[in-house]
Amino acid sequence: MGIVANPHKTTGFLGWVDDRFPLTKIWKDHISEYYAPKNFNFWYYFGSLAMLVLVNQILTGIFLAMHYKPSAAEAFSSVEYIMRDVPFGDLIRYLHSTGASAFFIVVYLHMYRGLMYGSYRKPRELIWIFGCLIYLVLMAEAFAGYVLPWGQMSFWGAQVIISLFGAIPVIGESLVIWIQGDYVPSDATLNRLFSLHVVALPFVLVGLVVAHLMALHEVGSNNPDGIDIKANKDENGVPRDGIPFHPYYTVKDLFGVSIFLALFLSVVFFLPDAGGYFLERPNFEEANPSVTPEHIAPVWYFTPFYAMLRAVPDKLGGVIVMFAAVLILFVVPWLDRSKVRSVRYKGWISKIALIIFAINFVILAWLGLEAPSDGKTMAARVGTVIYFLFFLLMPIYTKMEGTKPEPSRVTS
Amino acid sequence: MKMRLTVASLLLAGSGAVTAAGGGALLDYDPDVKNAASVQRGAANFMNYCSGCHSLRFLRYGRLAEDHGIPEDLLRENLMFTTDKPGDHILSAMPGDEAAGWFGQKPPDLSLTARARGADWIYSFLMTFYVDDKKATGVNNLQLPGASMPHVLADLEGYKAIAHGDESDGEGHGGHDKPKFEVIEAGVMSPAQYDAFVSDITNFLAYAAEPGKATMHSRGLWVIFYLLLLIPLTYFIKKEFWKDVH
Repeated sequence: MGIVANPHKTTGFLGWVDDRFPLTKIWKDHISEYYAPKNFNFWYYFGSLAMLVLVNQILTGIFLAMHYKPSAAEAFSSVEYIMRDVPFGDLIRYLHSTGASAFFIVVYLHMYRGLMYGSYRKPRELIWIFGCLIYLVLMAEAFAGYVLPWGQMSFWGAQVIISLFGAIPVIGESLVIWIQGDYVPSDATLNRLFSLHVVALPFVLVGLVVAHLMALHEVGSNNPDGIDIKANKDENGVPRDGIPFHPYYTVKDLFGVSIFLALFLSVVFFLPDAGGYFLERPNFEEANPSVTPEHIAPVWYFTPFYAMLRAVPDKLGGVIVMFAAVLILFVVPWLDRSKVRSVRYKGWISKIALIIFAINFVILAWLGLEAPSDGKTMAARVGTVIYFLFFLLMPIYTKMEGTKPEPSRVTS
Repeated sequence: MKMRLTVASLLLAGSGAVTAAGGGALLDYDPDVKNAASVQRGAANFMNYCSGCHSLRFLRYGRLAEDHGIPEDLLRENLMFTTDKPGDHILSAMPGDEAAGWFGQKPPDLSLTARARGADWIYSFLMTFYVDDKKATGVNNLQLPGASMPHVLADLEGYKAIAHGDESDGEGHGGHDKPKFEVIEAGVMSPAQYDAFVSDITNFLAYAAEPGKATMHSRGLWVIFYLLLLIPLTYFIKKEFWKDVH
C-alpha cells in the first residue's frame, strides 16, 4: 500500500502530513514563495492591517457573544454587564467597537490605494470586485452590529436604514415589515440582526476575503509603479523585482502592525468613544420607540453615503443614488481607459481627480454627520455630483490625457 | 505627488478622531474621576439627596467601595440602604409608576447620564435652577427648560432668579455666555460651597457611568509603553532583513 511521496521531499511529521495534505505547498504558494514586488510603500500596509482587524473583530466578537443577550429587554443591560461585571469586558467591547471604525479606516485607505495605483486593472478585476463585495458585506455587518447594543441610536438608526427599503415602489412597505419582523424595529428585528451579525455575514465575509486573496495570489500583486513584475524573470522563473512575501513583507508588516496597534490601542484605552464619533452619545440611552433623538446621524463611516441620500429631494431617488454610489465601484476596472495603471504615470487630470475625490469624500462624510441646512444640503448635492463625475468621466479623462512612459523595472 | 496623496489620506483617517461638539451644555465642566475624595463625597451627596428618586441600576455598591477603598462597614453605614447587600445595584426606593404620576415622568436612571449627555450637562443642570412661578414646582431649569424635577438642592443653594438688566446681544453665542443669576433667598451653602458640592456629584456620576475607566487608563499606559518599545525593535528587524533587497 505505497503512497506517492510528496514533491517537497519533506520528512518526519511534516512529510507525513505533506503526503496527505498540501501543507508545504500552501505555505510556499502563498507565503514563502509568493513573490511580491519589492517597491511596496506606506499604502501597502492596509491590506494586512485589514486582515488583522478582521481577526480582532472575530475574536472579540466571540467573547462578546458569550455575554450579550440578543433581546430587546436585555440587550442594553447585557452590554453594561459586559462593561462592568465581565472580567476585561470593557476592554473586549472597546476592542470590538473601536475595531469597527478601524476596519473602515484601513479599508478606505486600502481601496484608495487601489484607485491610485490602478490595482483594479486587468488582470486584477476580480480582486477588485471581491474587494467591493467585502466592502458591501462589511457595511451590512457594521450596520447590524451597531443595532445590537439597543441604544437610542441603534434603534433609530435601524429605523432609518430599514425604512429605506420602504421607498421601493409597490413592495416597499411589506418588505420593511418582512425585514423587521414587526411594524417597528423590535425584539424580532434585534434577534435577526444578531443572527446575521454573528453567523451569516462573518461567514460570507471570511469567504470573500479568501477569494480576494486567492485571486490576488493567482495573478500577483500590483505595485506603486503599476508595471508587471512577471514580465522580467530570472533563470529560476523568479521575478527580478519580486521578493518572497516571507520573510520580507512579514517583517515589514510587523512594523506596520506595531505602529497601527499603538494608534489603535491608544484610542481603545484612552478615547474609545472618540468624542462621540466611534460611540455616539445617544447610544448610552436605552432604545425608546416613543422618544426620537434630536438628531439622527449614522456612525462616521456611513456618513458620506448618508449625505448623498439626504442630498436628493426624492426618497426613492436618494436610495438609488446611495446604492449607486457603492455599486459604481464595481465597474471601475472598465471605466479606466488609461494606457498606464499607476497614477504616477497618468496625466495631471487623473492626479487632480484623485485628490478632489478624496477631499470631496471627507467633506461628504462631515456633511453626513451634520444636521441638514439649506447651505449644507446644497454642498452635499455638489459633493454627490463630484463623487459620481469622478467615476463617470473616468473613461474620458483617462483616455484623452497624456501619460508618461512606464519604467521597465520598478522604481524605489 | 505621493506626499500630497499621503496628506489627503491622513485627513481622511484623522476625520474620525476630531472631538465632537460638547452636546450643548451651558457650562463647561471637566470631570475628575481620579479624584477619589471628590467621588466619595459625591457618592455620599448622591445617596443623601438623589437616590430617593434616582437609581443607578448598573452600579453595584460593592464596586463603588472596591474602586475607592471604602471598607464594608463604612459602606453599609453611610452609603447603603440597610436592606441592601454590597453586590446589589443602587436602586431607588421610589415606586416608578407612582412617581410618574407625581412628577409627570419617572425620575430617570442616572447610571449612564454622564456618557449620554455629558458631565458638563449634569453640572450645568444642577447649577441652573431658577425661580419660575409658571411652573408647578416653582422652579425651572436653564439647561433643561421645563424640567419636571423640583429644586431638591434648594436648601443648600437657596433660590435664584435669572438676572435681567444687561441682556447679552440676543443670540447668546452658541450658549457659551455664562448665564447670570441673582440670589433671591440664600441657602446654607455659599455659592462656592454649592459649586464644590455639585462638582462632587458630577464627578461621582462621571465615575458611575464608566467605573472601569481608571483601570483602562492604567492598563493602557503599560500597553502603549510596551508598544513604544516594540516599534523600534520591529523597525530594526525589518531593516536587517531588507539589507539584501536592492
